[in-house]
Amino acid sequence: MALNDMHTEAVAGIVDRVVTRYRRDPTCMVQILREVQEACDWIPPEAIDRMQATLGVPRTKIEGVAGFYSFFYTQPRGKYRVLFSDNITDRMLGNKAMMDRLCSSLWVERGKVSEDGLVSIGKTACTGMCDQGPAMLVNNYAVAGLTAARIDEIAELIRNKVPLSEWPAEYFRIEDNIRRADILLGSDLKPGDALLAARARAPSDGLMASNMRSWREGLPTGLSGPISMLDEIKRSNLRGRGGAGFTTALKWEACRNAPLKAGLQRIVVCNADEGEPGTFKDRVLLAKYADLVFEGMTVAAYAVGATRGFVYLRGEYRYMLDHLNAVLAHRRRENLLGSNILGIPGADFDIEIHVGAGAYVCGEESALIESLEGKRGTPRNRPPFPVTNGYLDQPTIVNNVETFAAAALIALNGGDWYAGIGTRHSAGTKILSVSGDCERPGLYEYPFGVSIRQVLEDCGAQDTQAVQVSGPSGICVAADEFDRIIGFEDIPTAGAFTVFNATRDMFQVARNYVHFFQHESCGFCTPCRVGTSLLKNLMDKLANGAGSPYDFAEIEKLNQLLQSMSHCGLGHTACNPVLDTIAKFRPAYDKRMMQQDFTPAFDLDRALAAARQMTGRDDAAAHLTTETGGEA
Amino acid sequence: MSQTFMLDGKAIPFEEGQTIIQAASKAGVFIPHLCYHPDFKPHGSCKLCTVKVNGRQTASCTMRAMAGMVVESDTEEINAERRALTQMLFVEGNHFCPSCEQSGNCQLQATAYHLGMMSPHYDHFFPSRPVDASHPEVLLDFNRCILCSLCVRASRDVDGKNVFALSGRGIGTHLIVNAKSGQLADTDFTLADKAAQVCPVGVILRKRKGFAVPIGERKYDKAPISASVETEGR
Amino acid sequence: MNAPTKKLKVATTSLAGCFGCHMSFLDIDERLFTLLDYIEFDRSPLTDIKECSPDCDIGIVEGGLCNAENVHVLREFRKNCKILIAIGACAINGGLPAQRNHLPLSTILEEVYHTSPGLANGMIPNDPELPLPLNKVHPIHEVVKVDYFMPGCPPSGDAIWKVLTDLLAGREPTLEHGLMHYD
Repeated sequence: MALNDMHTEAVAGIVDRVVTRYRRDPTCMVQILREVQEACDWIPPEAIDRMQATLGVPRTKIEGVAGFYSFFYTQPRGKYRVLFSDNITDRMLGNKAMMDRLCSSLWVERGKVSEDGLVSIGKTACTGMCDQGPAMLVNNYAVAGLTAARIDEIAELIRNKVPLSEWPAEYFRIEDNIRRADILLGSDLKPGDALLAARARAPSDGLMASNMRSWREGLPTGLSGPISMLDEIKRSNLRGRGGAGFTTALKWEACRNAPLKAGLQRIVVCNADEGEPGTFKDRVLLAKYADLVFEGMTVAAYAVGATRGFVYLRGEYRYMLDHLNAVLAHRRRENLLGSNILGIPGADFDIEIHVGAGAYVCGEESALIESLEGKRGTPRNRPPFPVTNGYLDQPTIVNNVETFAAAALIALNGGDWYAGIGTRHSAGTKILSVSGDCERPGLYEYPFGVSIRQVLEDCGAQDTQAVQVSGPSGICVAADEFDRIIGFEDIPTAGAFTVFNATRDMFQVARNYVHFFQHESCGFCTPCRVGTSLLKNLMDKLANGAGSPYDFAEIEKLNQLLQSMSHCGLGHTACNPVLDTIAKFRPAYDKRMMQQDFTPAFDLDRALAAARQMTGRDDAAAHLTTETGGEA
Repeated sequence: MSQTFMLDGKAIPFEEGQTIIQAASKAGVFIPHLCYHPDFKPHGSCKLCTVKVNGRQTASCTMRAMAGMVVESDTEEINAERRALTQMLFVEGNHFCPSCEQSGNCQLQATAYHLGMMSPHYDHFFPSRPVDASHPEVLLDFNRCILCSLCVRASRDVDGKNVFALSGRGIGTHLIVNAKSGQLADTDFTLADKAAQVCPVGVILRKRKGFAVPIGERKYDKAPISASVETEGR
Repeated sequence: MNAPTKKLKVATTSLAGCFGCHMSFLDIDERLFTLLDYIEFDRSPLTDIKECSPDCDIGIVEGGLCNAENVHVLREFRKNCKILIAIGACAINGGLPAQRNHLPLSTILEEVYHTSPGLANGMIPNDPELPLPLNKVHPIHEVVKVDYFMPGCPPSGDAIWKVLTDLLAGREPTLEHGLMHYD
């Protein structure tokens, strides 16, 4: 049966069920749309009708949100929606051949829906399976380690309309691939221990979260429990692990000190929108160390006086949702979440999980908050900053998964212990997501200060030409820089560590990243919306052999403009891969500038193809050669 | 005594809470802009009003003025970047001025004149954007939309109707209307709406009133857009 | 401006344009005589010379590119002219002809030659003498490097005069308020 032809009443029933479960709360729009789509296979107009009525929001708002996220479909997309991960590492592992194989096997064109409405096959940005690619998502469930044989089996399952729930479980097995563990990946924290340690650190009044009334109603400044927890974070020198490296204690303190209007509360948000191509450490932290992360969030809530927490889980990690909810349920049973946590009067805190829907920009904290509020994930104008005006205008901290995990350990072992690990400027450890050309891809946790060379040696990389550290928005490190170290004082990173050996074409690497940014630009500001497309077109022009020094100069000008005029970090960093590879791998570009003089971006002869076909002509005058072809 | 900041070497007085562009227009100094409108909450998306504050670029419509700030606006470097932004807007949509009813009254065009834009420079995208002629009184020509969201804000914040919104993402971002059919005729939009008055380009057009003022005698034919700061700032 | 020792060779053409820009050129009126102290016309509708001399100094191109022949002529201009100037809206952004760009060419040809009312046994012309239309109409800077632009539909005689005299005087051409028009 084609679910696309669902009756209006059936759709309305689905919408009602979902909307009721989300308390008719329009801030849950992204979750509601996701669940409606999971039930209907797309978001039909009838569903929007019903949402409009039951949520009491205008249709424009629902369609605006649905249109923003890559994983929402307002056109029928097939009962099986296959998206191949298209990170550079997937390409290096042959994802294109896999996709072509599945397309031809199922008789469907890439990007289209099969005629019977059964299946659609397309591409998506990095799905965070770089250590076990090529990977795909089927109805947003991850399938990794694809082989030709597996593709054939999947084609067969789809052809036979076997429900996803009946596919062999091993298809969905995701490996942790922990290769080097340190304090985080080696942690065996017993749930609750970090919180108990935090409480034990304070004198008797630490037994109170804030005051006898509630955690949520303001914080007496002299309160020593939360304050001493904050002091430990300060002493630890912990800095954010999401890439920007903002000092965690400063953020927490600002949130704690932000004035709170009546009826509002402080919010803790865990940023698990791990969208930077090449990084996958948060996936493993959540899959294997969820308690550590949740405990860190609870510690943060205790320190800043927050009562509500969110995990913003990227849509590609949808498969983890049940597991994470089970961990949360267990923590509630153990009184590690809920009211009067561990018997601390007024210590009320709970965590809910919001799942994203395919938008890299939501990793930016203010865009993430917009998305949490059920809106388009557009970065906000700042100031004001989230620490004072975050989720629903309430003081909010947004920290990376790894930051919370580290915070839990700091609560347990103290700030001085943590500060003693790593380097003077970069305390603690960093988990690297190593992938690309190496024998042992996976997670490597090191104290800060490890050299690129050491990591390459440990992962079994040979004949390495370059390493992209921290993904496309990070830095491309060439062989003569391999003695540089991972740390805020030298090469800061959110965790991606993508290795390229000497056979790789660094121009194509940069081009892949440029395509990524073009796809992920939110479209809010002019320079990024149009500039990333122009940059993509220029890189494609070079790739097609039509590039000249003129285009090269254009690329450099665009880089400048995007960096100076863009609204957020996405636009600012969209040119990094190009700038870096131009500086360090210039021959890869020179090789591409095949024209001396300006040459059109499009193929003039192909621009006559339709006319040739319509007229049946194929004489010499019915063709235009390219300028290099001789005839002018 | 009110506080001041420096804008291109000139002291500009401001009141607490004013943005740079608000204070500048009040003082009669023009800063190019498209998505900013004094009647609405700033949006900060077109980036035309970008200035350098203490050496760092920022949108002057969202940045609050602070005492002692040093702001650069009318410099060759910033104007060159603003010109590049107008060129981007021109190639992104389909802007055929000679056949546009708003020519001469269009802020995008007038801003491009102001910035000395002699050509669109980039390759055109030539997107396909069908017009919506369904409404009895108003024509929507999406070809000219620059996504400034002024109509969105006007309809939502003033008319209380939410007739318009942005959908899509990235280069696919586009204006939508509040109807299942996607047609303006099926919304509660009327000519009396504030949203009908605010389009800075030629998207929202009144039917049967075309070319009431001949080309050559229109607003920006008479005076450059920089002169409009006199009226806008009040 | 001092009278030059050697006159500059100027070639002009109209591709997918309406010759309106050329008409406007004539609107510089008696200043044409002054101009002729500095320039001589090479290939141009004004001279009826059919091909550019290889040593033209300035090429002025009206109209965009809608067919193969337009491309040939534009390439000839680029090859033979030291400086290439796009004149008018069509050369600069495709103009009116480019408003067909949202339609597939096949649909347009079908409509014009097959399905339009009043056509009996219509067929799409296929004489090799006729240049084939391009899928889309393009402004000229998308196909060759263009050095200067004179916007307007058409640019006024005064605007044309201003740009040319700026160039002859070795200045970067600019158009102030009143001369700068896209319509």
